[in-house]
Amino acid sequence: MMRPDPTFHASPKLAIEAAPENIAYTLLLSPDFSKPDALAVIDVKPGSPTFSQVVHLVTMPNKGDEFHHFGWNACSSVLSPLSGHAFLERRYLIIPGIRSSRIYVVDTKPDPTKAQICKIIEPEEIFKKTGYSRPHTVHCGPDGIYVSTLGGSGPDGTDGPPGIFIMDCETFEVLGRWEIDRGPQTLHYDFWWNLPRDYMVTSEWALPPQFENGLVPEDLLSNKYGHRVHFWDLRARRNIQTIDLGANHQMALEVRPAHDPVREYGFLGVVVDTTNLEGSIWTWWRDGGRFHIEKTATIPAEPAAKDQLPPPLQGFGAVPPLVSDIDLSLDDRFLYVACWGTGEMRQYDVTEPRKPKLAGSVRIGGIARRTPHPNGKVFAGGPQMVEISRDGRRVYWTNSLYSTWDDQFYPAGVPGAEVMAHAGPNGGLELATDYWVTFPDGYRAHQIRLEGGDCSTDSFCYPSA
Amino acid sequence: MEGTPTWLWLAVIASGLYHGVNPAMGWPLAVSAGLMEQRPRALVGALWPLTIGHLAAMLLMVLPFALLVALVAWQRQIQVGAGLLVVGFGVFRFVVRRHPRALARIRPTQLGLWSFAVAIAHGAGLMLVPIYLGLCRSAGRDGGDRAAGALINADVGMGILVSVVHALAMLSAGGLLAWLAYRYLGLKLVSRSWFNLDAVWALSLILVGVLSLSATLAPAPGLW
Repeated sequence: MMRPDPTFHASPKLAIEAAPENIAYTLLLSPDFSKPDALAVIDVKPGSPTFSQVVHLVTMPNKGDEFHHFGWNACSSVLSPLSGHAFLERRYLIIPGIRSSRIYVVDTKPDPTKAQICKIIEPEEIFKKTGYSRPHTVHCGPDGIYVSTLGGSGPDGTDGPPGIFIMDCETFEVLGRWEIDRGPQTLHYDFWWNLPRDYMVTSEWALPPQFENGLVPEDLLSNKYGHRVHFWDLRARRNIQTIDLGANHQMALEVRPAHDPVREYGFLGVVVDTTNLEGSIWTWWRDGGRFHIEKTATIPAEPAAKDQLPPPLQGFGAVPPLVSDIDLSLDDRFLYVACWGTGEMRQYDVTEPRKPKLAGSVRIGGIARRTPHPNGKVFAGGPQMVEISRDGRRVYWTNSLYSTWDDQFYPAGVPGAEVMAHAGPNGGLELATDYWVTFPDGYRAHQIRLEGGDCSTDSFCYPSA
Repeated sequence: MEGTPTWLWLAVIASGLYHGVNPAMGWPLAVSAGLMEQRPRALVGALWPLTIGHLAAMLLMVLPFALLVALVAWQRQIQVGAGLLVVGFGVFRFVVRRHPRALARIRPTQLGLWSFAVAIAHGAGLMLVPIYLGLCRSAGRDGGDRAAGALINADVGMGILVSVVHALAMLSAGGLLAWLAYRYLGLKLVSRSWFNLDAVWALSLILVGVLSLSATLAPAPGLW
């Protein structure tokens, strides 16, 4: 290649101005492991005869992988002036199986409707080279592909702490662990960074025995899920600070730094507060070299009759929002918050990062409400993995969280669905009546990636100014 | 031989300009510094460590040859060796296009170190060696008349001069591009101007080495 990939952008502003997406990729999983998991290629080009339909399915050769999150081999971060090597292509999707610890590399070129597997990294290689298991979040970084893991070694993943490992972005060879000094970090979930400012932020979910067979209510009520956030020196690969949110803030999941690297703040979603079942949004920022974090928005639980509730919630008489995903628009203005329990997608104006203001909301699905789509179809589950188009005008989401957790909270099942909402230029959210993706029977839908990058894949090395 | 040093000095300056416009040598870092701090002084401030790092890499390559050149009897062999070294490194860069991961591990604040490391890794200093050796030869030698110490001083002085002139040319070209991107053309210049010079760069090394070898091995005094 003689020129950088045109989907790489130096700043968030340039990415916002780029052409809109025509294709969405969505991970599908077979919750009873009876079929292999799959990658769906979806036509999202308005006016196309196959709009909002699956136009191609990449079916894996194994069963039981349990797909969750995935990412690109390369993104805008390769324009980092430090790497000096901008000639990679945004071409390969790196898809980890969270249950199997196997990683698939899928080639989306030259034709995404003929996308196919080009490499499989077997779990043994990951175990041997990293001592980690349960690969989870994938980010393209300054010196390779970074993959976070939820498990350490050993059959149940509790032999040693989980962390991040690095893969080569051209050969996809597993290179080894990222951490040199992890400090007090023992749990892992999400991670992201500010490349020019040279720091990383990581969060905590739980160890595999606490999620693989479902949520463990006793562990939740005794506050044994993750509730800390860790800050790292990205180049030195050292933990520089750990902040405990308080033990009642169970499951500190998604980490969303401001996209503009000049802005030294970001957001964190917390699933549930065990004192009152509310979900919360936290804002962290750096000041004088130290990181600070505070709770900046809360979403209360909603009362519900016992007969509307699944067994784990019947004792509470209420539905927790269960903030399972958050996503920040590329202009750093709107934060989307998926409330998987109550069935709501919230849109916050975060122009003032420490004072989020509710700007829009859409109700769909939910444990007790079960709000149907405006097209009349039943949306089982609730809003889960959310992805925003680069221009911030289209917000896509799916409905399934994790196979065994789906079964606990939505015992009637969570058939895969994907919807889209239009976002107004100054806020406001409205479901698109003509966008409803039907997936093959027996599949649940997870994370979405948009052609050319989206709001949770690319990191930028230059400010928008 | 008349006029040859002028050509060689032009080669020193031209290679400096060439290194300066190559994004891999760091001008986008100056743009980034200016934008991140939102003031032009940060851009200018970043150019200095970039230039000093580049200069240090030039000196590291050129100075050992400056000392060797004092071995007048071996001058031809040294020039052949240097030519082969540059050709060999060019071939290596052509075959192995991958960038060392270590470069991406240097902190954004360590611009000088980054510039030094990147110039070494790309063979930017090595590219200058044949030109420098040509200048030494063109300056003329009257062997026995001069003591070895004086020769070393003269060649070290020449080496420093060549490196400084080259680094200033690199600063001018890179600084100009950084300023244009920062002030007028915007960040699109970063991705648009970023041609893949990996192959061209490797071929440049091979070309400089081959020219140097042919000049050294040619029976009559040539360009070099």
